[in-house]
Parts: sequence; structure tokens; C-alpha cells
Amino acid sequence: MSRIKARFEALKTEGRGALIPYLQAFDPDYETSLELLKAMPAAGADLIEIGVPFSDPSADGPTIQAAALRGLKAGATLGGVLEMVRSFRETDAETPIILMGYLNPIDSYGPAEFCFDAVQAGVDGIIVVDMPTEEADLLDAHARAAGLDIISLVAPTTARTRLFHVLKDASGFVYYVSITGITGTGSASQAQLEEALPKIREATDLPVAIGFGISTPEQARAASRIGDAAVVASALIKTMAGTLSEGQATEKTVPSVLKQLIELSAAVRG
Amino acid sequence: MTTPSSSLSNSLRSGPDERGRFGVFGGRFVAETLMPLVLELEEAYRATQADPAFREELDYYYRDYVGRPSPLWFAKRLTEELGGAKVYLKREELNHTGSHKLNNVMGQILLARRMGKTRIVAETGAGQHGVATATVCALFGLKCVIYMGATDVERQKPNVFRMHLLGAEVKPVTAGAGTLKDAMNEAMRDWVANVADTYFLVGTVAGPHPYPEMVRDFQSIIGTEVKEQIVRAEGRLPDVIVAAIGGGSNAMGIFHPFLDDADVRLIGVEAAGLGLDSGKTAASISRGRSGVLHGNRTYLLQDKHGQIEEAHSISAGLDYPGIGPEHSWLNDIGRAEYVGVTDQEALDAFQLLTRTEGIIPALECAHGLAHVMKIAPEMPKDKIIVLNVSGRGDKDIFTVASHLGVNL
Ligand SMILES: Cc1ncc(COP(=O)(O)O)c(C=O)c1O
Repeated sequence: MSRIKARFEALKTEGRGALIPYLQAFDPDYETSLELLKAMPAAGADLIEIGVPFSDPSADGPTIQAAALRGLKAGATLGGVLEMVRSFRETDAETPIILMGYLNPIDSYGPAEFCFDAVQAGVDGIIVVDMPTEEADLLDAHARAAGLDIISLVAPTTARTRLFHVLKDASGFVYYVSITGITGTGSASQAQLEEALPKIREATDLPVAIGFGISTPEQARAASRIGDAAVVASALIKTMAGTLSEGQATEKTVPSVLKQLIELSAAVRG
Repeated sequence: MTTPSSSLSNSLRSGPDERGRFGVFGGRFVAETLMPLVLELEEAYRATQADPAFREELDYYYRDYVGRPSPLWFAKRLTEELGGAKVYLKREELNHTGSHKLNNVMGQILLARRMGKTRIVAETGAGQHGVATATVCALFGLKCVIYMGATDVERQKPNVFRMHLLGAEVKPVTAGAGTLKDAMNEAMRDWVANVADTYFLVGTVAGPHPYPEMVRDFQSIIGTEVKEQIVRAEGRLPDVIVAAIGGGSNAMGIFHPFLDDADVRLIGVEAAGLGLDSGKTAASISRGRSGVLHGNRTYLLQDKHGQIEEAHSISAGLDYPGIGPEHSWLNDIGRAEYVGVTDQEALDAFQLLTRTEGIIPALECAHGLAHVMKIAPEMPKDKIIVLNVSGRGDKDIFTVASHLGVNL
């Protein structure tokens, strides 16, 4: 059984949803982001999303754009991100790791080689922001052969018939982009989520993670109950950015993010 | 307007396929949030293609508002100066707002109105597309937001002021190098955040399908007119057609009606910046490789890890690390040739056209002319070259002055 499936089944038994924190690889440097990654499970991360820095993150708001820039300055490459996952797997064999990014670095790496190397490194799923269902054949067969889940995105603009089309061959879990907007800029209301989720569940039996605009413990708690998981990204990165001194990590960097993660996790578990 | 595949199956003009591809290039690489909008746009565009009233309306605006047809001018003194092939100029700089950009904008704004959209966003480099978009928004009373790289805001001040006068909001983009690529990212972010009322009016033959096809179709009025005009003037088709390439819309517009005329050489001129091998260039075909950006697969300037590189050109309108997907395909099948021209060569050409023909060209098409200056002298006097003069150069006089050491 895949790590993603095992984790969601275990949480179901526990009777709660998942907390999925996000960090940008190499932000602000390789060592700090690896230290944070390794400490996240103990602070309450059930799954972890790692952002792969890209020069042109056209679906991201200012917070993640800045994080990507810091990551690139620190020398991030797709190969380097896989190295980071490999290192994480030395101490954690269970927490699912999902890479989130844009298509071009993967295209440049080579789709088949990437899927194989990613699984070898210990990656469980990938979210490719600018690869809709219509273009997914670029990776599908390679991902399937390697045992890598391609996580499907659905949005408030995805109408009912299209939901069925998009989720037909979905694997791992479904990522609901809960606002029409870029990351870190707005939030869906609880009522909006309660209206959207049943429609998605009609089209899939997979767990549904809710992301974009979740920043407070209360929002994380609500999303993890209405859906099956809450993704928190910009809010954690904002905290991390606030601890940096001239773009460099300080002794506050990792502890501040972990403290916030613990609060989020307490709300999701509470 | 081109009809989809059916009747033209043995033609190079039948692309793209139903997935929006020209060979391996093109496609629809957008976030799921935008995908339904892209599909809706295609459907709306197909409806206009099937509706003669749309074409009639567009022709009315082309004639009475844009000022079409634009003349095809025999450049006698330039021809004598170069001493070889006859050079004709397609006078797109005479269009309202001073460039070819309005051909596309006019078509898309009529489509946006049919779709019931009330807010228009666009990206701009030189500001010509921004000015054209702001112009039609003024004409139809629509809200207009233009994203422009901060660097370009600085080097294209007259156009920024024109957009303000026309009632548009100009948002400077400071991300990256603050040029066209960054403005494109920001316009896409705006679109994602305002899907209900907003129409994204793309300014060149790039972006997700159907933009490359649609923009090409609207710009093809250029080549269609040239075909008639050159036959009237010379009794035959030209030997060579030359156009400068930023995203590739003026080039695609003049090339497309000639794609099946195998004897007509098509040459696209990319901005080589400080030189093709200087590392400071905008020559995506000459120095890039296949990748995915801004909704389509095409040739891109990128590093070995797939990070997009900053382009460089003296001309803000050519300063883009990609190129429309149809050009990438035409390059790979060998139907069109793509060459590079440096900043300095473009500056020299700018001055030559001004002095021999009394036409101050935009720095963009000065790149095209610089290539004509290289090939015309080598060609016999009975050969014919058509150069697309895509815009007028008033907007560039500050840049040119500073390169000539003149303080305005
Ligand atoms: C006068 C002129 N020519 C050419 C271009 C380049 O665009 P394209 O390659 O789409 O024609 C621009 C872009 O701003 C322009 O203003």
C-alpha cells in the first residue's frame, strides 16, 4: 500500500483529518529547509508538501513567489529537492511526501527519469500546477509505472461534468483549490467549503485535501473536517520569512515555524 | 479566418489540432482554475468563426476605426541605397495607435463583449499592446488593467502616459527583471483571481490554446492584404517576407497566408540583444530549447534545470524569453527561418529608414529591417522583399537618443 493511502486510512481509524504543511525547498537554504522538513512530523505534520522553486510561479502570490526566489538563490534544482527527500527518508519511512511545482523543471529533467528518480528518493505524489488533465499524458504512464501518484487539482470553476472527467483516473488524494485566486491571498468560507465538498465526493472516493487561503488553526480545523486534510502554506512561509535576517536563517527560523505547526496540529486533532 | 482542420488537411495552414498543438508545440498548460475558462473561450471563438455577422462587424472596425487596409509602400530610396532586391514596406505603423497590435485587440474585444465580460486585463512590453487595449476599452467603456514590467514602464514612458490618458490602470510589475515575462505572469494571476467578469486579452501568438490560433487569425489580415497588394503592384508574390519577432504576432500575421506558397521565403528576426552568444539575448529559437511556460510548449530561453532565463533586448517589445508555438513548429519543419539581429544593428537600421524613407520605425521592426539590409544587397534587382513595419518609432525616441548620446 502506498504511504499516502496508508496514512489516510490510519487517520480515518483515528477519526480525524490530516494536516499538510508546505515548505519551499532550499528556502532560505538547503540545510534550514531540510532541518525543518525533518522536524515537521514530530510537530504534527501528517503529510508534507514540498514546493519546488520555479522562476515563474504564475499561480502563486507574493509570499510563495518570494520563497521560490530565495530557494533559487540558494541553488535549488529539482535534483537537489530529490536529494533533500532522500535525506529525509533516512529518518522517516512513513510520512508521505508530495512535491508541488510547475511543469518545466520536470520537462527539463525528463518525465520518465523524474518519475523513477522521485520514487527512488522517497517521493509519494506530485502536484503539477500547470498540467491540467488535458496535458497529463506527458507524465501519466511514467508516473504509473514508477508508482508515483499524480495528485489532481480541482477548483471552484470546475463544473460537475468536468469534475468527473478530471477525477476519472485520479490517484492518491484530490487537492481542492478552494478559492479562485493565487496562493496566500484569500480564504473560502466554511459555508462555501460545505457546499463544494459533497459535489467533489460524488465524483471520487479518494480523500480530499483543501488548500489555498488556510492560515489559522480554526480554518485548518474546519477544513480538515469538511474535507479530509488541510494544507497550510503561505501562513507558515510568512512566519519563516519574518525570522530571516537579510534573507538568511536565524536561530528563530525553525522553532517559529514549528511552534505554529504545533498550534495548527492541536486544532486539527482537538 | 481559418476554419478548423477539415478542408485544409494538406495545408500548412490547418493547425493547430484539437489539442491546440502545432506539431509538439502549443497546448493548454494552465492551472485547473483557468482550464474551464480556456475551454469556454475556445467555444466562444468557434461561435464567432461560424457567424458572418462577427466578421462583418470586425471589418467595419478595421476599415473605419483602425484605418485598414494599410498601404504596401515601395521603398525606392531604401532599395537604391541597398543596391539589390526591391524592398516593399507593409505599413502597419499607420494603423490607429501606431502598430499592428490593434488588429488583434479589435478582434478580441468584440469577442469579449459577446462573452459578456466587463473587465479587461492585458500584459504589455513596449506598451503598444497596452495602448491598443486601453484604446478599445475607452471605445467600448470597459474597465482596463494593464500589467507592465517596471523596467518597461521606465523605458516606455510615453506609452504609459497614453494608457493613463485612455483611462486604463497601469500596474508596474517588479518581479524578476520587470519585463514582459513578468507582466505575463502577473496578468495570469489577475485572471485566476477574477474569473467571473474578466477577459484576458493576450497580445501575441502565445499563451494557452486558443490564443495562438486566435491572435494569428486576427493578425492574418496583414498577410492577406499583402498578397493582394503585391500582385497588384508586381504581378506576382514576393520572394522573401521579413518580420521581427517578440512573441511573434506580426510575423505570424504576415506569414500565415503565405505558408502554402513554398516559393516565398519567410524569415523571422529575433532580437539577438548584445549578440547571440553574449548571454544577453532574446533569441528563443536560436538559443533556447523546448519547454513549457505561460500555457504553451515552445522554444524558451532556460538554464539546464528548466528555470526560465531573463531575455535582453534594446526593444521592450522583443524582450521575451519565449516565442509563439506555431513559430517553433515552422522552424522545426523548416518552413520559416529564424535569424538574430543585435541591438546595435537595429539602431543603425532605425536611422537608415528614417533618413531614406521618412519613416521612423519602432525599434522592434528595425530588427527586421537590419536583416533586410544584410540580404537585399546580395539579391538580384528583380527580386522582391516585403518587410513588415509593425509599428512607428515615436515611443522609442528616448531610448534611441540615449544610445546616440543625446539628452532629451
Ligand atoms: C511595433 C511592435 N512590433 C513588434 C512587436 C513584437 O510583438 P509580436 O512579435 O507579437 O509582433 C511589438 C510588441 O510590443 C511591437 O510593439
